[in-house]
Amino acid sequence: MRLLDYFFARRSSAPVARERLQIVLAHERALSGAHGDLVRQLQEEILAVVARHLKIDREMVHIKLDRGASISTLEIDIQMPAEPAGAH
Amino acid sequence: MAKVLVVTSGKGGVGKTTSAAALGAALAQSGLNVVVVDFDVGLRNLDLVMGAERRVVFDLVNVIQGDAKLAQALIRDKRVDSLSLLPASQTRDKDALTPEGIARVIAELREKFDWVICDSPAGIERGATLAMRHADQAVVVTNPEVSSVRDSDRIIGLLDSKTERAERGERMEKHLLLTRYDTGRANRGEMLKTEDVLEILSIPLLGIIPESQEVLRASNLGSPVTLNNPDSAPARAYADAARRLRGEVVPMVVPEEKRGFVQRLFGRRVA
Repeated sequence: MRLLDYFFARRSSAPVARERLQIVLAHERALSGAHGDLVRQLQEEILAVVARHLKIDREMVHIKLDRGASISTLEIDIQMPAEPAGAH
Repeated sequence: MAKVLVVTSGKGGVGKTTSAAALGAALAQSGLNVVVVDFDVGLRNLDLVMGAERRVVFDLVNVIQGDAKLAQALIRDKRVDSLSLLPASQTRDKDALTPEGIARVIAELREKFDWVICDSPAGIERGATLAMRHADQAVVVTNPEVSSVRDSDRIIGLLDSKTERAERGERMEKHLLLTRYDTGRANRGEMLKTEDVLEILSIPLLGIIPESQEVLRASNLGSPVTLNNPDSAPARAYADAARRLRGEVVPMVVPEEKRGFVQRLFGRRVA
């Protein structure tokens, strides 16, 4: 059974291609409209809000975008520096 | 009323030039006056594919800059009387093309020909947008492969926004030409099927050109595949596509190479 699965999975790469294309194009079509820079803008504004309250180092910000068929996630991971010793 | 057709794709190497030459020759063979215009300034190749590379004197840039008259730059095909070529410049770059100059040349070509076929360069930059600018119709050449389909989608977006027609609020007629198609591999799930590509791009299908060594053979010899070997599978597919461009209803089939008895017996082609 395993062996069969292996061969079938290897053979049918076209359905994967099709699904990947449908997802990426759905996003690209949406982005080519007025909301062209939505993701970039979101990033900037979220970071600006955080920066207003906390000191952040841009180097320590990791942004991950995962575009899926039904949901997409924008992950913003901000590492905050430890309070420097003797700050108080 | 002349028709201006752009052959475009976004991605390079999918068969724009081959298709422009093959469709142009097929349309010309039915007696229509056809000119194929190479817009790939700096990387011209349509002259080679059509076997006219040794006859180029003046080019599109010379005409635009007023160094030559249009009639001096047009090269008439030696095999089909009603087929002409307007070559691109090999020494200049795409900045030598001006929007006003292109508009003037296209207007003049419209008066002389029934079909003006613009062979677009790859990419989405100036050369490609100028090639599509004045088109009434577009043939989007696509391979059943992810990067080509994505680029075609992008080009379709440009056709619907950056052309004169789109700006006037008119509809741009777009046709999908699927090239390098391998029915066997598509049926085995190794390659995107026609239906997959059609569903994703949602523009009407003009034709399916099977992958074939005849295409390379024709370009080696400098002859559009429709003239070089009219009986070959790709030539028949291009001829059908040309008839559809003229408004005929032709059943959609993927032509197969005709095989002799011995070849059929052994189930594969003898080279």
